[in-house]
Amino acid sequence: MSTYGDEARPRVGFFTDTSLCIGCKACEVACKEWNGVPTSPGEFSGHSYDNTVALGADTWRHVAFVEQRKELGASGVASGGLVETALLQDTGLQTYQDGDGLRWLMASDVCKHCTHAACLEVCPTGALFRTEFDTVVVQEDVCNGCGYCIPACPFGVLGQREDDGRAWKCTLCYDRVKEDMTPACAQACPTHSIQFGELDDLRVRASERLEQLSSAGAAGAQLYLADEADGVGGAGAFFLLLDDPEVYGLPPDPVDATRDLKSTWTAVGLAAVGLGAALVAAVL
Amino acid sequence: MTGYYGRPVIKEPVWTPEIPWYLFAGGLGGGSAGLAWLAGLRGNEVLARRAWAAALASMTVSPVLLISDLGMPSRFLHMLRMFKVTSPMSVGSWVLMAAGGATGAAALDALLPAGAGGAAPRRRVSPLRGGAPGFFAPARGGAQTRFAPRRAASPRFSSARRALALAATPARPAAALMGLPLSTYTGALLAQTAVPVWHEARRELPALFGAGAAASAGAAATILTPCAFAGPARRLAVIGSAAELAVVPLMEHRLRELAEPYHRGAAGAYGQFARGLTVAGSLLIASRGSRSRAAAVAGGALVLAGAACERWSVFKAGFASARDPKYTIDPQRDRVTSGRARGGSRRSTAQGGPPAPAPADAAF
Repeated sequence: MSTYGDEARPRVGFFTDTSLCIGCKACEVACKEWNGVPTSPGEFSGHSYDNTVALGADTWRHVAFVEQRKELGASGVASGGLVETALLQDTGLQTYQDGDGLRWLMASDVCKHCTHAACLEVCPTGALFRTEFDTVVVQEDVCNGCGYCIPACPFGVLGQREDDGRAWKCTLCYDRVKEDMTPACAQACPTHSIQFGELDDLRVRASERLEQLSSAGAAGAQLYLADEADGVGGAGAFFLLLDDPEVYGLPPDPVDATRDLKSTWTAVGLAAVGLGAALVAAVL
Repeated sequence: MTGYYGRPVIKEPVWTPEIPWYLFAGGLGGGSAGLAWLAGLRGNEVLARRAWAAALASMTVSPVLLISDLGMPSRFLHMLRMFKVTSPMSVGSWVLMAAGGATGAAALDALLPAGAGGAAPRRRVSPLRGGAPGFFAPARGGAQTRFAPRRAASPRFSSARRALALAATPARPAAALMGLPLSTYTGALLAQTAVPVWHEARRELPALFGAGAAASAGAAATILTPCAFAGPARRLAVIGSAAELAVVPLMEHRLRELAEPYHRGAAGAYGQFARGLTVAGSLLIASRGSRSRAAAVAGGALVLAGAACERWSVFKAGFASARDPKYTIDPQRDRVTSGRARGGSRRSTAQGGPPAPAPADAAF
């Protein structure tokens, strides 16, 4: 960010509060419409209401639907056909919990715009770059489709478009943000599950929300990627989840591979020296 | 079912079969350049010429393989827009450029007939002259004497030839030195990803590929070179094979549960082939390679096939470990629960909230 000097802007991002998500997929649709993302016709997945299945080149928002059957109530006693009223009334929690103990978790996933972004680090062409808003964007006129970013991302966000061979992902609506507009997905979200703003503000808001939900009895509530101490240095797009990350298909301890760069290059150097020694030993 | 409907957490690479073949070709080329330079220094021109030929062929093929793997091959020059140490692919592109350029000059000088007037500043006559017939030069050594007067008629040719000979002097050690990282950086290329069995093997993969480079460079030269001159090549093939066989268990020991993908499916099959072929080939070279050219050729072919299979095993294991979410989630969850990592999540720190329910978190 220092490279932007005076042109640097406050870091922006998304706080996706999954406790408010109703699974309407307006974010998916708005994203496709605004960004001209091609259709992603999938088959019927059979995974609840999720036929988008995963983030990828043509899916920059993905709403996950998790169906869980678990004990009701903070005390572990089934409360007999009622939603947990306190949770609902106090917090507006949208996850529906019926008498048979079905809990429905919905969460809109997106590129995390990591502080330490492996995709950007490994990109050999410089197509992936950090904007003045501290977001991570692929320049489509530079990308040559080497595909290195795709397995480098610890979240599986990027994908390759088959017809043009390049890698694509969420831009956090770079074009809209530059014009002081809200990204399309956040604009379209009817429940404020997707909140856009300056990251510092979002983090404060998220911490308050976590405390509110936790004290109302949402035991599994957790903030995901909200801290700079995690393996990606915190994310520009972070989440409030109601269960462990892996339940939503998110990695519980994501790490930017660049953190281990030193040991990797050391191993390369030692192996090269070893190869040289083998050559000398063989010829002499 | 692990995770979210058993769906992968990370994406499989989109790399095509060109990549494992490049892992093989790059190592073969890098190792061969080193062998060629050292053999030349020792005066074994017969071996040096053939090793230069192997290096040239591999380094000609390598960029073709890499470019055809690109989603947009027409933009291959974008690889040289910048140099980034955080991107082994960027570093590798430059190393391949340097090694390929140097190898080109060195190998062409070694393989082309000398220009008129003895322009080549280097000794061209092997001290072992009178040995077995050469591979590129006819047995009677007639080509050079027949060519030379005719070429001498064209001054432009001879000055170009002289320039090549001049360039080859620094190019030979440069090719040999750049060949070393070219053979091992591919380990970093794979390791610098989120693919579990690659990233967690980051300390061993470069050694594995370096060993494979030694084995395949030695094997190729063993095949191409008459037995009397191929001693260093045979030794290199055997040393490389032994190292390759030693590094695999080391890597799997370090990977622990994550070694599983190396034993399953296609990766497991390639791995077994690799071990079998490498053992058989190196034994054949060690036992009969110095006496029988047929045994040397067969042994060399087996070692080469073994090195190729080893690369394919690693490549396939990476895909398998990316596809199954348990290889991504389980080690990460272990890190969190055992306190070896902070993890990606933070829970409420508030006191006085209701006690957390018993973890009935067995979803689905």
